[in-house]
Order: sequence, then C-alpha cells, then structure tokens
Amino acid sequence: MITTLIRRAIQAGFVIFAMTLIVFLGVNVIGNPVDILINPDLNQAERLRVIQNLGLDQPLWRQYLGFLHGLAQGNFGDSFVYGRPALQVIAERLPATLELALCAMVIAIVIGLPLGLYAGLYPERISSRLIMTGSILGFSLPTFWVGLMFILLFAVQLGWLPSNGRGETAEFLGAKWSFLTRDGLAHLVLPALNLALFKTSLILRLTRAGVQEVVLQDFVKFARAKGLRESRIVLVHILKNLMIPVITIIGLEFGSLIAFSVVTESIFGWPGMGKLIIDSINLLDRPVIVAYLMMMVVLFVSLNFVIDICYTLLDPRVRLDGKG
Amino acid sequence: MTALLDVRGLVTAFPGPEGDLRAVDEVSFQLARGEVLGLVGESGSGKSVTGFSIMGLVDPPGRVAAGQILFDGADLAQADADTRRSLRGRRIAMVFQDPMMTLNPVLRIGTQMTEALHAHVQISRQEARARARDALGLVGIPSPEERLDGYPHEFSGGMRQRVAIAIALLHRPDLIIADEPTTALDVTIQAQILSEFQKLTEEQGTAVIWITHDLAIVSGLADRIAVMYGGRIVETGGIEEVLRAPRHPYTRGLIRSVPSENTRGTRLAQIPGVTPSLGRMPAGCAFRSRCGRADAACAARPGRFGSLGAYHRCFHPHEETLA
Repeated sequence: MITTLIRRAIQAGFVIFAMTLIVFLGVNVIGNPVDILINPDLNQAERLRVIQNLGLDQPLWRQYLGFLHGLAQGNFGDSFVYGRPALQVIAERLPATLELALCAMVIAIVIGLPLGLYAGLYPERISSRLIMTGSILGFSLPTFWVGLMFILLFAVQLGWLPSNGRGETAEFLGAKWSFLTRDGLAHLVLPALNLALFKTSLILRLTRAGVQEVVLQDFVKFARAKGLRESRIVLVHILKNLMIPVITIIGLEFGSLIAFSVVTESIFGWPGMGKLIIDSINLLDRPVIVAYLMMMVVLFVSLNFVIDICYTLLDPRVRLDGKG
Repeated sequence: MTALLDVRGLVTAFPGPEGDLRAVDEVSFQLARGEVLGLVGESGSGKSVTGFSIMGLVDPPGRVAAGQILFDGADLAQADADTRRSLRGRRIAMVFQDPMMTLNPVLRIGTQMTEALHAHVQISRQEARARARDALGLVGIPSPEERLDGYPHEFSGGMRQRVAIAIALLHRPDLIIADEPTTALDVTIQAQILSEFQKLTEEQGTAVIWITHDLAIVSGLADRIAVMYGGRIVETGGIEEVLRAPRHPYTRGLIRSVPSENTRGTRLAQIPGVTPSLGRMPAGCAFRSRCGRADAACAARPGRFGSLGAYHRCFHPHEETLA
C-alpha cells in the first residue's frame, strides 16, 4: 500500500511537470499581454521599463526556468493586472467557487441517487418514466438558459430569491463564506440549483442503469432467498455494488464543477474562480492563468487519487497495486 | 401424516406475445418431512421455475397463475409478501446453481451470514457471529473464524458453495430447495459437497428438493423422483421403481442416455430432436414430437395415471423393466 502511494505520488509529479510545460507554452502563444496591459500613450522608454518589470524581455526558456524556480517556492509570480501574487488572487476567489460546487454536488447526489434507485427498481411505474423524462430535460437544456429562466422566475417574477452576487458572508477558517448567513444562503440557492441540474440528471441515469444491471444478479435473488428485508437488499446489496461508477462520476464532476462553472458564475454574478479566469484570459494575465490551470491539474490528480482509494474501500476485489 | 409440502396444480406463467407461456404447467407433488425429492429434467423443463415458485421468487412479469403450494398446511400461493419473506431462509431455504454468482462480491462472508440470521431472529451481533462461525465449521471450512472476514473472491467455487449451504442451513429449515448446486463444480468437489450436504440434511431431518439434470446424482441421493418435461411432471414415484421400470418414454430415454457399465461398447441411446421452446410445445402430450410411441391418441392431453405419489402421464406407457 505504501509503495503504491509513493508510486502514485511520483506519477502525479510527472503529470504536473508535463502540465507546466504545456500550460506555459500554451499561454505564451495566445497573445502578447503587452498590447493589452500597457497604456498606448506611454513613450518607448517607459514601455520598455514596464516590459522589463514584467520579465517579458527574456527569452522563452529563461522565462520558463524562472517560472519553474518560482513554482518550487510556491510562487506563481505576480498578477499583471492586480499586481499581487497570482496564487493569492485565486485563493481569494476559491471559497466562493468551492461552496458553490459543494452545494451543487450535494444537491445532485441527494436528489439524483434516490431517484435513480427508484427509477431503476420500478422501471414500469409512471412516476419512474416521469423521472426519466425529467432527467432528459436536465441533460439537454443548456445551463445558461436554465439559469436565465431561474432568474426570470424566482428573482424577477416571484421575487423570492436574489439573483446576483454572494450576499452577506461570514468569516470561517480565514475565508469568507456565504452559506453561513441567511442572506448568503439565499444567494447561493439559485446558482447551486442551476449547476446541480445537469449533474443530478447524470447521477440519476447512471444510478438507474447500475440498478437495472445489479438487480438481475444471482446474489440479489440469493439475498431474497435468505429472507432479507427489501430495504436491506436495496440499501446494502444493490447500492454498494453500483457505487463504483457513481463515485467515479461524482469525483470527476466535482472537479469540473470547480474548474468550469464559468457560465453559471457569470450569469449569477458569483465572484468565483470561473469568472476570474475568464477575466484573466481576456486581459492575458498570464501568471493568474498559469496558476489557475496548475491548481486545476493538482485538483484533478488528487480527485482521481481519492476516487481510487474509494474503489478499494467499496470493492474488495480492487487492489491499488493491480495484483487483485 | 400430512405432507410438509403439498403442491397442487401449480401453474407458473410468463406473459408472451401470444398470451401466457406456462413454464410450470399443473405440477403436483408431495414431500414428507425429511424426504429427498429429485426433480429431474432438461434445461427449460420448468424445474428451476418450480423451485422459485415455491420460494416466491419468480422473476416478474412471471407469476404463479394457479394452484396451491401448501407448506405445513398453509397455502403459500395466497400468502402475503411479509409472510413469505419470514418463511424464506428460515423454514424454506435455497441453494443456487452457480456459487460464483450467489454471494455478493462486495460484502464479507460474515456479513452475508449474520444478516441472514438478523433477518429472522433477535440476537446480538456476537451471538450471530458465533452461529455463523459454527455453521461454516459444520460445512467443513477450515479456520472459520478468520474466513468470516474474507470476501467471496478469496474462496474457491467449492468453498463458496459450502458457504451458500452453510447459509441455507443457518436456521435449520424444514425444506431446502437445491437448484443444481453441484453442476458448476469439479467432479471431486461435487462428490464432497454432495456427501456433506446429504449428511447434514439427514442429521437435521431436512426435506430436500434436489433440482438437477443429472440422474446419477439423483439415484444416489433421492427417495423419490419427479421427471419434468415441457413444464409438466411426466412421471414420478419412488426412486428405485422409476429407475428400474420407467413407464414414460421420456424417462426411459433419459435413463438410457446415461453411460453405465451395461452400455459399454454400444452407442449411447439418444432422445431424438430437441426440446421445443415453451411457445412451440405441441398440444396434448408435449413429448409426442420426439416420441417413438406417439400416435393420434397423444394429441389429447394425458391425465395422471396412477396415485398422487406415483404416476405417469403417458397413453402408451412401457410395462417392462429396463434391462
């Protein structure tokens, strides 16, 4: 187990290193930040000074080495736009995105899993068909459109919920969180629901497919032959067997919720990382873009690792060292 | 003495495109306490469905459409779901064909055994574990205490079937339905499991319905035999009488297709043709399309000839004993 962990860590290191190269090169070919950042009224000497300050006069390989050097010390450089460390700029936005993603994921699991179980166990019922039809809607309606409809209905027409910003926040663990205040929670509802819609449908359909596969297995019939109650058969025998694909999707989708909730964040004016990264790309704020992408790489690598560990907990036949 | 199990006119039907298909068609038999009945037939003859009908585990949309399943005097076909559940595993247990598939791969053996206990009796976890461990020991699994913490994939096929048998015996049931429990095992393991099973059920006075296509197993194990073809019992009776002097041409064909000392050097007799699928069973006697003795009379549905305990359904039964 320990050797496996170490091997995993080394693999992760390689992945991250490869990503530094790709990210750094990629960001450097998409445009010249000088054109955007520097006031065109400046004279040539001042212009040169700014370029030197930003380190953009150096050859690319030297910039890359400098970047790696900073990276080793946990320093992604200063944001061109904000003039502060890029990591700090991102970290300020992290809690907003994190709580939004977490809320959306919890909603998706709490709704999707039971409904999927139900639809899988009783596929003939009309309610199950309604659920499946609903999930197709959740799948196919574009997120931005649903978001706008939410705003139109709940914020404009009914006036029940706010539609813009994080509302009141409270301090916890050195960061600002919305879910700790009533007002913040009210602001959280619509964007979280909006984000959760697609994930709910995904988890629901996956769960249903899993149930329909597992109920046909002999061990389910044998469990019935033992005289077990239906609740135990469903919640232990069936559920545990279908959790593996569901956990995989939950993990990866959680990553994508954090990394790519741009659309929802923009619609609801949610000051999270998604909005930050779009702004940074528009302004070619290279250090922020690079730092953000690197964070996402680390995030996905860690999520995958957690998923792998979940496998071994859920399925005794799975061994991380691949001998099982 | 009343029978432990008295199945009367059991019909189990599955809806098909052209109306119900009767997988089990007016099956009647009785089983006394401690008696072993061999239920023999080819694949698709309805023997497994008969077993599942008694368990109340017919896969929907299949259903028990008619008949009575009197278990200890009460009709299971009419019983509500909760009554049936409380009987399953406690008074009527079942062992399945494929031991690789019957245990849940992600649950520990101990869990799968103790949950069967907790489903029916109020006992502490320690007590349940102790009983599970004893049951494992009983079926000949070495170091049962440690094995309780194992997972099914750490067991061989034979060991898994022992576990399944241990689970079936946990509540000392009155009846065990064994659905070809040795078919998927190696021959040597088969013999072990067979003798183990026989010993335990004899000790506990458990009645057994042994479902199989293997006449050799039945001849050494069963007190009585019921031969199924096309969803019906075509012949039943004491094991020795039926094997010595089978009346129904199908039974005769089955017996003669088993290689033995006497048939050495000669071609094995075969039953011509294949079993028609349920929807294509001929009206009247289902076997007549493959039967050498069939004539116009066989277009009518044969009734029971003989007593409830020993009868056949053939208009032209054999009278002579097998050579």
